[in-house]
Amino acid sequence: MSAASVKKREPAKVKKPSKIGGAATWADDRLGLATVAKKNIRKVFPDHWSFMLGEIALWSFVILLLTGVFLTFWFTPSMGEVVYEGSYDQLRGITMSEAYATTLEISFDVRGGLLMRQIHHWSAMLFIAAMFVHMMRVFFTGAFRKPRELNWVVGGTLLMLGILEGFAGYSLPDDLLSGTGLRIADGLMKSIPVVGSYVSFFAFGGEFPGEAIIPRLFTVHVLLIPGLLLALIGLHMLLLVYHKHTQWPGPGRTEKNVVGYPMMPVYAAKAGGFFFIVFGVTALMGALLTINPVWLYGPYDPSKVTAGSQPDWYMGVAEGLLRIMPGWETELFGFTISWNIFLPGVVAPGIIFTTVMLYPFIEAWITGDKREHHLLDRPRNAPTRTAFLVAAMTLFGLLWAAGGNDLLAILFNLNLNYITWFMRVAVFVGPPIAFILTRRWCISLQRQDEQQILHGYETGIIMRSPEGSYSERHLPIDPAAAYYLTSRDRDEVFEVGSKADGNGVVAPGSRKNKVRARLSRFWFADNVQKPTRQQLEEGHSHADQELALHAADAHPADGHQYDGRHDVAGDELRKE
Amino acid sequence: MRKLSARLSARLSAGRRRRVAGLVVVASALLLTGGTYAVLSPATAQDDLAADAALVDRGRELFLVGCSSCHGKNAEGIMTSDGTQYGPSLVGVGAAAVDFQVGTGRMPLAQPGVQAPKKDALYTPEETRALAAYVASLGPGPAIPEETKYDLEEVDEEGIVRGGQFFLTNCTACHNFAGAGGALPEGKYAPSLSGVAPKAMYEAMLTGPQQMPVFSDQVITPEDKENVIAYVKSLEEEPSYGGFALGSYGPVAEGMFAWLLGIGALVGFAVWIGANSVRSKKGTKA
Amino acid sequence: MAVPGNEDATLDPHSAQSGDPIDNPGLPAHRPRPTDIDRAAEKRAERQVAGMFGLATLCALLFGVAYFTLDIGEDPDTFLGLGASNLALGLALGLALLLIGVGAVQWARKLMSDHEIVEMRHPVASSEEDRTATLAALRQGTDDSGIARRPLIRNSLLGAVAALGIPAVLPLRDLGPLPGTVLEETVWKPGMRVVNDVSGLAIKPAQIQVGQLVNAEPAVFFARDEEGEPLLEGPALQAAKVKAAVILVKIEPEQINALPARADWGVEGILCYSKICTHVGCPISLYEQQTRHVLCPCHQSTFDLADNAKVLFGPAARPLPQLPIGLDDQGYLVATSGFQEPVGPSFWERGDR
Repeated sequence: MSAASVKKREPAKVKKPSKIGGAATWADDRLGLATVAKKNIRKVFPDHWSFMLGEIALWSFVILLLTGVFLTFWFTPSMGEVVYEGSYDQLRGITMSEAYATTLEISFDVRGGLLMRQIHHWSAMLFIAAMFVHMMRVFFTGAFRKPRELNWVVGGTLLMLGILEGFAGYSLPDDLLSGTGLRIADGLMKSIPVVGSYVSFFAFGGEFPGEAIIPRLFTVHVLLIPGLLLALIGLHMLLLVYHKHTQWPGPGRTEKNVVGYPMMPVYAAKAGGFFFIVFGVTALMGALLTINPVWLYGPYDPSKVTAGSQPDWYMGVAEGLLRIMPGWETELFGFTISWNIFLPGVVAPGIIFTTVMLYPFIEAWITGDKREHHLLDRPRNAPTRTAFLVAAMTLFGLLWAAGGNDLLAILFNLNLNYITWFMRVAVFVGPPIAFILTRRWCISLQRQDEQQILHGYETGIIMRSPEGSYSERHLPIDPAAAYYLTSRDRDEVFEVGSKADGNGVVAPGSRKNKVRARLSRFWFADNVQKPTRQQLEEGHSHADQELALHAADAHPADGHQYDGRHDVAGDELRKE
Repeated sequence: MRKLSARLSARLSAGRRRRVAGLVVVASALLLTGGTYAVLSPATAQDDLAADAALVDRGRELFLVGCSSCHGKNAEGIMTSDGTQYGPSLVGVGAAAVDFQVGTGRMPLAQPGVQAPKKDALYTPEETRALAAYVASLGPGPAIPEETKYDLEEVDEEGIVRGGQFFLTNCTACHNFAGAGGALPEGKYAPSLSGVAPKAMYEAMLTGPQQMPVFSDQVITPEDKENVIAYVKSLEEEPSYGGFALGSYGPVAEGMFAWLLGIGALVGFAVWIGANSVRSKKGTKA
Repeated sequence: MAVPGNEDATLDPHSAQSGDPIDNPGLPAHRPRPTDIDRAAEKRAERQVAGMFGLATLCALLFGVAYFTLDIGEDPDTFLGLGASNLALGLALGLALLLIGVGAVQWARKLMSDHEIVEMRHPVASSEEDRTATLAALRQGTDDSGIARRPLIRNSLLGAVAALGIPAVLPLRDLGPLPGTVLEETVWKPGMRVVNDVSGLAIKPAQIQVGQLVNAEPAVFFARDEEGEPLLEGPALQAAKVKAAVILVKIEPEQINALPARADWGVEGILCYSKICTHVGCPISLYEQQTRHVLCPCHQSTFDLADNAKVLFGPAARPLPQLPIGLDDQGYLVATSGFQEPVGPSFWERGDR
């Protein structure tokens, strides 16, 4: 090649990499982040308000971690006694534990200390309340079905740990109210048969109150349970990401896809924004509403008590059970079994939690449903499941109210003893009534849906037939809405095959199967199924026939006039 | 006198016998006994109230009109035919009890019931005093405390702290840690202490109105009673450090607010976040 | 029929079920928001969002101002009867956070692209090849270890690991002492004075009136040793108090219905009962002087003090233990013996005393 034909090469223009790009490259060279990130940056999340309830719990947990660490910088978890010389006048010179004294110090001598304490406590309340509400949503919509049963169990465990964490947390200041709660916990421990007094002495390091319980609760509250919570929340999120979020049925949504908005930017903005909203609301509550004013309770003293001694609301179910239980106790061969404490305090919560955890498996066994479900159930389309939760909510609500019976008495001028008697009956009578009412309501809503699908919506135009009967003109509903109403599974009642085979050998597990079949029938009883294509066509042809009957009318009105999309000016039917 | 040996008494009285000596001995003995009794017995310094005959008469007139229908014409109490009490006997309840019950409007009861609620006083302060004088004249009982006992002027910080300890031991079980009140069995209640006058608090402790137990001056001294009142008043006067007190009812109220305000607001925000944005009617962008 | 935006819709086994009435109409068409088509609306929304972020910044700065200017401690600043520092710091912080959140959400709702996107799900279960491959790998690994062929190794390993339970559990033994008979004993001894709680004053019967309630303690709680130090303090005092706290009440003698064995357990109608509820151990001092009932505030157990503290209502199973009292030679109330049954909540070894 001659020198002349070689093009003069221009110096290569290298684009200077942006700073972010440079940093990202540095990280990726070491961590291989891009492979993981590529799928998740535009990950799709379905958008519905009821999917954000778990986020309230998640963000509350973050707030608890942040405010909790702040508090640990001043709090001393020791029951060693000191004489208070801080700013709160009414307790100056009183001997109290260091835990209580440092709580007072945080409240009165650290700027922002009281605010952080209050945000921490309000956030704990919201954390557990949000878990309840989230669990209820998951339950109502059947989101715990395969493949998410394990996530439900993880969630149930998170709830239980959250409640324990809250109890440990509000007991740390060693004030009169929470000390009374610890005393009750001690009584619960002592009521355990055989090992009760040992459990009590081991937990408290000796006789109640001892000086070990606050430091031990501190370790539980600051290290053990938060560690477990973090791990389980991580697992919970991991499963959520792997399974992808469920979604409501509707146009364009199937069992095989997820429709929604991408993580970046929309979901990140909404979820991130919601974090700030949760934090902001909690901070405003900490600013405006007093919670746990420990300086008014005074330090714990076993001979002092306040009226209106209740634990925080999430222990209210156990408290209500304790209050309404009659005083049954038996002595056997020199040993005491305190049914009045052991049953409501230890056995009943155990049964409740076990039932809650096992529920997805119980329902799967009854319905025999082994399919994967990614589309949610409308609550009305699973009447028995919905009714079951409403009955459980009724039970819980009554027990919560029973836990506050003395406050109900004083706020509403009621007789304390009558409230207790009422609750003793209501906890047995109320839930079945709620169950029945809810199930019938769901079924009637299903009938309403069926009417809408088959016959359309009511237009408000009343026609009179030649024979003199009246009917209302209906128009078909929007196809998207119609699809939404019919996008559900057909229920299949579990059938038992023949009991014995040709040789007369009884099938194994046949008694269990009979029970299962009966439960399955009960489960799906009276459920209104979605109409078949044939039924839908019949419905439409019926409507067409009706319209044809009125073709000769002087004022034909097929109903479209008043569907909001037609001009009705000069319409004779609407004379003023 | 018999206890002294004959020789001793003879020696003592030998050099001093005057005619009035005996009288002086008796008089001083009486004074000593009476004075000791007056100091050590329950305060009946009401003697001056009951001693005012005109006041007692006025009180009796008012009593016959407004109180005797339940308490009996001579305040002896009325029992119903099945043995329950209509109005208790007022003999020995003392002027302090009347001053409390009538002064806070609890008496006269508007209707029979398990509890006499506080309401607007029906009688003027002078009439109340007259009623108190009449009841005090029926028998010795706790007197209306002097103002120095509840004016809180001499209570220092140490007194308030001590009063707080007494309050937490004796009072909070019924009246709650902030004096917001509490429930008793069968529809009764311990009322809120908010805004209650120091004198009424003192008298309540002293006389034990209705179901409230008595806290006699020998067990909880007048000074300690004043300390308790000072503590309660200090709670009223101190700022609500953390924000609105939500009634000072404890965790039940807090839980209710957490659900109603907290979860309510946050679910509301969630609904807003998930809601579809307003759609334009104008069609797609060109 | 293919569904726009979702080619797999026809393969959906649910909608392909026989007799399903309506087909999936597919994703609805995107409808623009005013901010998508109207420049002015877009600018307004942008200003709104930026304004909120700006306000949030201002609130964060106000937090700083409030932090340094509002006092707490001995002489706190107040505002409308509330603590000013807590109020101001909290409002500033809360609004700062809230405005950032609301701003971010508003940005997403008004200005970010709101086209719905479809992502396909993958089967949750692993594929058959993966399962087979994993099983094969596990089998290979197990074969290489030879554990199946060597039951001696396997069993002895299991035994060794199980035995590790001993060092794992045993160190917890010293979490606390064994209960022994501690729960059955209190500090009450014959001759110990019953004194008023808080003040420590000894009590004579004449000082108590009918209808009075005295919250009392054993005199040893207020006793001091030669150096003036309290005899009992700290955890020892608390542990003693939790069983020894008592209440004294005076009832008209004709209204008392004492058991025959307890005829001399009172003094002139003054009775002494344990203050610790027999349900789960809260102290009781909610005494109704006219009914002689005492109510525990924790779970509303009600006891009749004129009738040996019998349980009238509520979840308690046993009456309150009664402490026999008498007078010492100076006329003060004293215990004439300790409690004759364990005080407080029940426990397994309590039996029927």
